[in-house]
This record gives sequence, structure tokens and C-alpha cells, in this order.
Amino acid sequence: MALAKVMGIETEYGISSSDRHADPVVTSTLLVNAYAQALEHHIAWDFEDESPHRDARGVMRSSSRAPMVERHLANTVLTNGARFYVDHAHPEYSSPECRSPLEAVLYDVAGELIVRDAMEKAQSLYPDAPEIVVYKNNSDAKGQSYGCHENYLLDRSIPFDAVANAVIPHFVTRQIYCGAGKVGQELIDAISLDRYQISQRAEFFEAVIGLETTIKRPIVNTRDEPHADSSRFRRLHVIIGDANCSHVATFLKLSTTALILAMLEDRALPESIGQPLDPVHAVHVISQDPSLHATIATDQGDMTALEIQYQYLEAAEHYLEGADPSFLGGQNQATMALCRWREALEGLEADPESMATTIDWIAKRRLLRGFAERHHLAPTNPKLQVIDLQYHDLRPERSLALRAGLEQLIDPVAAAIATTQPPEETRAWFRGTALSRFPESVVTANWDSVVFDVGEDPLRRVPMMDPLRGGKAATEDIFAKASSAKHLIALLAQEKG
Amino acid sequence: MAEQEHKQRPKPAETEAESTQTPPASSVESDKIKADLDSLLDEIDEVLEGNAEEFVRNYVQKGGE
Repeated sequence: MALAKVMGIETEYGISSSDRHADPVVTSTLLVNAYAQALEHHIAWDFEDESPHRDARGVMRSSSRAPMVERHLANTVLTNGARFYVDHAHPEYSSPECRSPLEAVLYDVAGELIVRDAMEKAQSLYPDAPEIVVYKNNSDAKGQSYGCHENYLLDRSIPFDAVANAVIPHFVTRQIYCGAGKVGQELIDAISLDRYQISQRAEFFEAVIGLETTIKRPIVNTRDEPHADSSRFRRLHVIIGDANCSHVATFLKLSTTALILAMLEDRALPESIGQPLDPVHAVHVISQDPSLHATIATDQGDMTALEIQYQYLEAAEHYLEGADPSFLGGQNQATMALCRWREALEGLEADPESMATTIDWIAKRRLLRGFAERHHLAPTNPKLQVIDLQYHDLRPERSLALRAGLEQLIDPVAAAIATTQPPEETRAWFRGTALSRFPESVVTANWDSVVFDVGEDPLRRVPMMDPLRGGKAATEDIFAKASSAKHLIALLAQEKG
Repeated sequence: MAEQEHKQRPKPAETEAESTQTPPASSVESDKIKADLDSLLDEIDEVLEGNAEEFVRNYVQKGGE
């Protein structure tokens, strides 16, 4: 039976300052620290188990360059179980581990609120400093890209080659409903509405499989860092995705990918799904063809992105007739996943414009075309690039995504609560609750452990090697009984004993 | 009760009555979409950053990930 698809999204936000000479590392640090200072706790991230160089293919490749782990930048853990920090020259929000696609959308939206709050806090802390503005996008249109990564829990027994084969056709084609849209092709300096692309990130992908994330970006990333018991789990780290403003697009991105991984684990994924013969070329071709008619060469002949997506959808519909849907968080979400997926494909097939309230690249293009027509603008007019950027602007008074009529899946009150409350069914509950209950006693935390100072030597480390353990049902009573961090550790030891 | 009566009302008559008074549904729908877009574009005119060239030039990021 498929493992529960514990999942989450990491978003690197674009950041700009009204002082254009400002160092983005400093600006990002200011932003994260403004938020961190207002918290009750002040704890650091624990890097002990970070190993981004470990390759899922088993051997180290001398040609691979893994990202460096930066230990000195602003870094904090939140009571909702998330990590909020500076990564390279960007503020990054890594959502807590979520138990279903809809929950992961909720915590992604909560991340937007946190970053927006950080902008406001920075402004009120330093009223005379240049204004900081944050964008939920993936490129600066000048050749620099920054990521939006997803993570999914996978059964370790599935060989990595099988994982790669299962997801490559999906990662090449899913952009047709989860692309965020972009004016032009920046790597060939052709910034024009006539060269509108479905995906922000597609043109930055240069390899099929690899360990890198900042250079030679691969469609399938091989980072083998499960942040969990490595004898039982994999964490599929997905780097080929755009940051979505549309809740529905985020839901589709997560639910379709989780479904495909579950089918793989349950050996229910048909071998007849078209495998692109040149996946990198195919990613580019599909992104550059908003008509959706372009075909790519596959082992089944020439196929459109829609045809490949229908193959996956039909397999998933068949699979869910018999499978227990608890891996996706239950029947409601499984039904919603299939309905939304079919709706998206049929809508795109019949008339892409009909998806303007759910798919980012179509919502954005509608604004661009309407604006260009109204003001008789040439396709290369910089105002169109401003619209592109401002679609992703997190300031409510400027954001165009907020004005584009996108369907909202997440209730604003629920999102506000999720900025401080952790998900209930994963270890994020323990991490977040430990922080809110004993803020003065948590020294460090990371994905798979929390370290407490109980007032005497040594520091106590509570390992959390199973992402599904440490949820509310298992630990609520212990937290209720615990009068101190020391007491909590004693109660946990009793429980284990 | 009221809902049941509504459901039982003969459909063709209703469609006919509507079609004599209002334009076809598809045209109403597309008019509405156009009106929505128009008000959206009015709003964009209000909130769009000024000095587009400079704004775009200044948006420079370092690569990430």
C-alpha cells in the first residue's frame, strides 16, 4: 500500500529594495530578522543532519556540484512547524510537513502571509530604511532563476531509476496547468508578449537527472537527504516547478504528483505512458507553445503534453477505483484531485481561456493581452513586464494575482491560523508545539529533531525519524501533562519505555 | 415544496420565455467576462508601478536554490 504522501513546498521569494544598490543578502536578512525578532522564541536551525551532497543514485559523481549549506545567515523555526530563513540571496519559507495536498496549499498560503507580515514588520522597525518588496515568482527576466521546490515522502524500496522514469513525463508536461507564465524568453533576450511562455522556470532546465540545483538544473533532482529514517524513506525533492499564486494550481501540482508517486509504489503506473525521447528539449518546447498543440517525440510516437497528461489521469482514475485513498488524506481529497485534474485538462483542451480563474499562466496572459489591447502597446513594451512582475507582488495594494479573479481554495481565517498552528498529523506538530509551549527551552530544531535545554547537562535531543509520528493524537496528552521541558522529556521517555 | 414545484416546471417553456426576453446565455456570459476584464484593467491602471523602464531595469535578482 502506498505510503502517506507527506509533502511540503519550499519557496525562495524574489526580493527588491527601493535602494537599488542594496545587497540582497542584507535585505533578505533584514526581512527574516524583522519577523524573527517579534517571535517569543529565538532559536537556531540545527545543521547536524544536512547532507545535500548525498546522491540518490548511490555513487558520488565527481562532475556534480551540490549546493553549499550556508550556516551563518538568518534562520528561524516557526510555531507552525515551518522554517523561515535566508537562502543564498533570497528569503525562503519551507512549509511544515503536511499530510494532504490541500493542507500543503494551506501552509503555502500561510507562508505568503508570513512573508507579507515580515515586510510590514521590517517597515515599521526601520521606517527610514528603503522599502522592501517581495515577489512570489521565479525569475528576474535577466537570466537569474530561484526556486520553488516540492518534497514528497516515498517508500525507500522503490529504486531511484523507477522513480525517475515515473515522474519524467509528468515533470515535462504538468506545466500546462501549473506554469506561472512569463513574458518572453530571457535566455535569448527576447522579452516580448509574442514569446509568452507557460512556465517561468522551463528555460533554466538543462539536464534530465542530476544533483545540482543552481547550475545545470536537472528535471529530476537526485538529492538523497530524507530528513528521516533512510532505511525506510526517500524524500523526492522536486526542483522543476513554478511558484504558484493560484491555489488551484498549487493543489493540482501537489495532488497529481502525489498520485503518480502512490501509483508507482502500488505498481499501478502503466508502462505505456509516453516517455519523452529528449526530455530537456520537450520541457522547452511545451513551455514555448501556449497553443498547447506542439508535439514532442516519445517512445509512443509524437504526443502533445495534454495527451501525456490524459494517460496519467486515466491511470489515476482507474487506480483510485480500488485503492485506499488515505495516502492522499482521504476520499474527499482523492475525489477533488481527480475532478480538478480532469477539469483542467478538458478546459485546456476545449478553450484555455476558460481556465483563467484557476491556472496562473492563463490568468496572467489575460491581464497582459487586455492591457496591451486597451493601451495599444507593442508586445515588447516594458509595461507588460511590469504586469508580469506585479502579478507576483506580495503587497496587497499592488498584487495583480489578488485582483485577477483567481478561485480561492483557502479560507483567509484558516490561513491566518496556519501561520502559527502546526499541521496535526505529522511531526511538525511536535516541533511547533514544543516551540510554542517551551520557547525558552528549545535550543535548536530541524526537520528530524528538536534539541532542548532542560536546565542541566547535557542538552536533550528528541529525534523524529518518522515524519508521521509526533502528531497531535500521539503527543497532545503528553504536552498537556508536561509542566516543563524537563518534564516533557521524562514523559516521552516513559512513553517509549 | 417550493423547490420541487420549481423542478417540475416544464423546461421548454422556461427556455422559450427566457430566450424571447434575454440574449442567448453564451453572449451574456462573454459580456460578463468582458465587463469583468474591463473593471480589472481599470484597477491595473490605478495600481501599476510608474516608470516601467526603470522599474523593470531595477528588478535584478541573484540566482538561488
